[in-house]
Amino acid sequence: MAQLNPEIDHLLRRAGFGVSAMEVETFKNMSTPVAIAYVVDYEGRPDDVDERIGRPDHVQVASKDAFLPDIDIDDARQRWMFRMIHSRRPLQEKMALFWHNHFATAYSKLAGDSGNLQAAKMLVSKPGALRGPQGQIELFRKYALGNFRDLLIEIAKDPAMLIWLDGKTNTRSKPQENFGREIMELFTVGVGYYTEPDVYAAARVFTGWNLRQSEGFDRNDMNAYQEFVYNADEHETTDKAFSFPIYGNGSRTIPSRSASAGIQDGIDLITALAFHPETPRRLARKFWNFFISDIHAPDPAFVDGVAAVYLQNRTEMRPVIRYVLTSPWFTNPAMKYARYSWPVEYVARAIKEVGWQNFSLDRVRTPLANMGQLLFDPPNVGGWHLGANWFSTGTMLARTNFAAALASSQKEFLAVAMEDEGNSPQALLAGMLNRVTPAPLDAAPQQALMTYLLAGGNWGGAEQLNTRTAGLARLLVGSSEYQLV
Amino acid sequence: MRISRRLFIRDGVATVTLGLTAPAFLSAIAQAQGLPNRRLVVVYLGGGNDALNTLVSYQDPQYYSRRPTLAIPAGQVLQVGTDAAGHTLGLHPRLGGIWNIFNEGRLALVQRTGYANSSRSHFEATDIWGTANPQSSTGSGWLGRYLDTLPRPLDALAAWNTTGDTPRALLSGVSGVPAIPNGSTYAYASPNRGSAAVQERQALQTMAANPSATRPHLAFVNSTTRGALETLDRVAQASTYTPTVAYPNSGFGLAMRTIAGAIVKGVGSKVYWASTGGYDTHSGQGQQAGGAYGNLMGTLGDGLAAFYNDIRNQGLLNDTTVIVFSEFGRRISENGSNGTDHGAAGVMMVLGGMVRGGLHGTAATLAPGHPTLENNSGDVRYETDFRSVYARLLDGWLGVNSVPILNGDFRAGAPAVF
Repeated sequence: MAQLNPEIDHLLRRAGFGVSAMEVETFKNMSTPVAIAYVVDYEGRPDDVDERIGRPDHVQVASKDAFLPDIDIDDARQRWMFRMIHSRRPLQEKMALFWHNHFATAYSKLAGDSGNLQAAKMLVSKPGALRGPQGQIELFRKYALGNFRDLLIEIAKDPAMLIWLDGKTNTRSKPQENFGREIMELFTVGVGYYTEPDVYAAARVFTGWNLRQSEGFDRNDMNAYQEFVYNADEHETTDKAFSFPIYGNGSRTIPSRSASAGIQDGIDLITALAFHPETPRRLARKFWNFFISDIHAPDPAFVDGVAAVYLQNRTEMRPVIRYVLTSPWFTNPAMKYARYSWPVEYVARAIKEVGWQNFSLDRVRTPLANMGQLLFDPPNVGGWHLGANWFSTGTMLARTNFAAALASSQKEFLAVAMEDEGNSPQALLAGMLNRVTPAPLDAAPQQALMTYLLAGGNWGGAEQLNTRTAGLARLLVGSSEYQLV
Repeated sequence: MRISRRLFIRDGVATVTLGLTAPAFLSAIAQAQGLPNRRLVVVYLGGGNDALNTLVSYQDPQYYSRRPTLAIPAGQVLQVGTDAAGHTLGLHPRLGGIWNIFNEGRLALVQRTGYANSSRSHFEATDIWGTANPQSSTGSGWLGRYLDTLPRPLDALAAWNTTGDTPRALLSGVSGVPAIPNGSTYAYASPNRGSAAVQERQALQTMAANPSATRPHLAFVNSTTRGALETLDRVAQASTYTPTVAYPNSGFGLAMRTIAGAIVKGVGSKVYWASTGGYDTHSGQGQQAGGAYGNLMGTLGDGLAAFYNDIRNQGLLNDTTVIVFSEFGRRISENGSNGTDHGAAGVMMVLGGMVRGGLHGTAATLAPGHPTLENNSGDVRYETDFRSVYARLLDGWLGVNSVPILNGDFRAGAPAVF
């Protein structure tokens, strides 16, 4: 929204999903430091967004039958998009998206294992909605800016993860390497900082970290559930040697323990990985790409800075993210619009800026799939292929055509909203750029837009304005410039 | 200016096509590039294919002792004969469609393909197969570098990727590859109709033509917009294709059908890319020939066979080669989850009308301590450098010099698949 301080506009695009006309008042007179505190210290504001689902002045949801976002994955996708668009805590949703990609877990495998209902429940159910553990995404909301080590421990015990990376079958006689490998390769230190024998040792560390089913488990019963169990009988008790220090004294070996105490092996390894110097450096590079730029390479000083704040704060994330958002790199003008938006960011921001009247979020499912980002179904454990990889002819066509669908749905409302700016094509273009926020347009694309507005002959008349306003919104939101954020 | 609400028309989204030109003309640029008509279809099996259950060494007792639940009984494999080292081999029972192709002599099975110190990371390994450089998983891909050798201006459809995002193998500094998963949804949409919609499409085209010299990232996104707009109408033509055979109703089947349509309608792409996933079978791989892995093999074999038969019916088989690869093979011994963990060498397939079929290379001997194994005899050691297969495809099929593309001469030891 061009009515806002550009610093705050930038902040809300990066740490949130943009600003809707409804929200402009909240941010209009804020100073930048106040806005950063507003975004980062969000606990003071209510998490009431789900209660607003169904309100006529909000974006709509739709479902073939009852709307059941705790057990139906498509309904859950709509609920999450609703939250991105309407939450009063946008950074919490943004970080949940970051963690969802970082710990990328896909519905399709869970559904194959446990059926659609249980798969959805394990990923998305809200605390207390049903019997059994909360869904994985709620872990990401809870720990959005929480302690990373604690999040790793929770993730290692998360039912969805125990199925996704096969921990549920990790036993003494047949250690399962999948989770042991990925916790090092993808969740913490990264390739180059562990060895193949470390993978085998890590598999043994997590032997017995399994699942148990609720009594009389029936996968089609919404109150049936699976939960973490430490199965001491299945824990492999010999010592486990690593190529990196596990303990503060430099020891690289997790000692042999009794089976009943063996769960501590996993806690020790997770703690070591959380405090490994490469973990915050790897996270820092991902935060750089997520919050600052995936076009310019991470500044080494930024990586050092993030790593230091992370370790000083004992793996707490809130100080880390505050550091990121207040850093000189974040406010550097060269970093504005120097990032490729993810499909869900693009869709949420487009809806917030263009409008959502009578628009229902079931209409974003297919476009998002064609753009390459179906929530809760990342392509693999490495998450989505980010940055420039989001863009190909096919995905760009899906993006630009989503702009057409959105503009079409808002045609009537847009023309009314823009009628005061309808006196000339110049005024209409300026007015629309006050509403939607592409990266700055060079002279040539501006000229192309003016040519388009004038192509209908003499300016004026309701039909002309109706048509050209929708077309203009479609062109701006469907432009290459708008894909940058 | 005031507007009356009554005047609004609630248009749906309209699609806009510009005037179409004839297919013969469409591929004129493409036909001028390189060997006329020859094309390569690349199929990637995502997740690390369990090669030992694709091509089974069914007389190796260790195969059965190390895979008590996963091993396919000798009586069920589709026999393909004996390799140069004396291993008697058979295809997975669900690969009946391509067994026929093998028996016609047009399917080459290249055993133990890989490279030294194989990466067990999906992402690094996939990127290495893409860059064709085991020392680097970043930078351009081997097929992207091939496209860079084609004369300019490069046809916008010089390559056609049926997956949503661009695999590293197709990445290039200068040649963008369109991603077209499904031709029938590949059209320009507008909130308006008629001339307003056409003018809008032209405006988008002009906007995307902005060179944006000071913002290369914007120039890149513009190139994808342009690529889409320039290819829409030709793709629409290709998607009118009616195949001569029924394709299986799977994502992979649809992709192969899309590729066949592009080939038959004369789009002229030199390289096509398809993938089928689910090969990361850490668990629940299935008992013997059944279960999840059996389904993967069925999807693969049936899709390949439909494509092969369709293209043969169209008389285009001698201009078409398909290769199949995965980022690594899997561990020899099954794990406790009825699955297999990440391993090393794999099996590549090459099929087409000009392919010299048969068994290439030798199978591993699975007894612990055997030199065909590595990683404390946990994994299969590679025998054929995957880059030598690429070299043969580049030199012998696409008719270009493989050395600069692969940054080295890998012709020695290449399997004689052509």
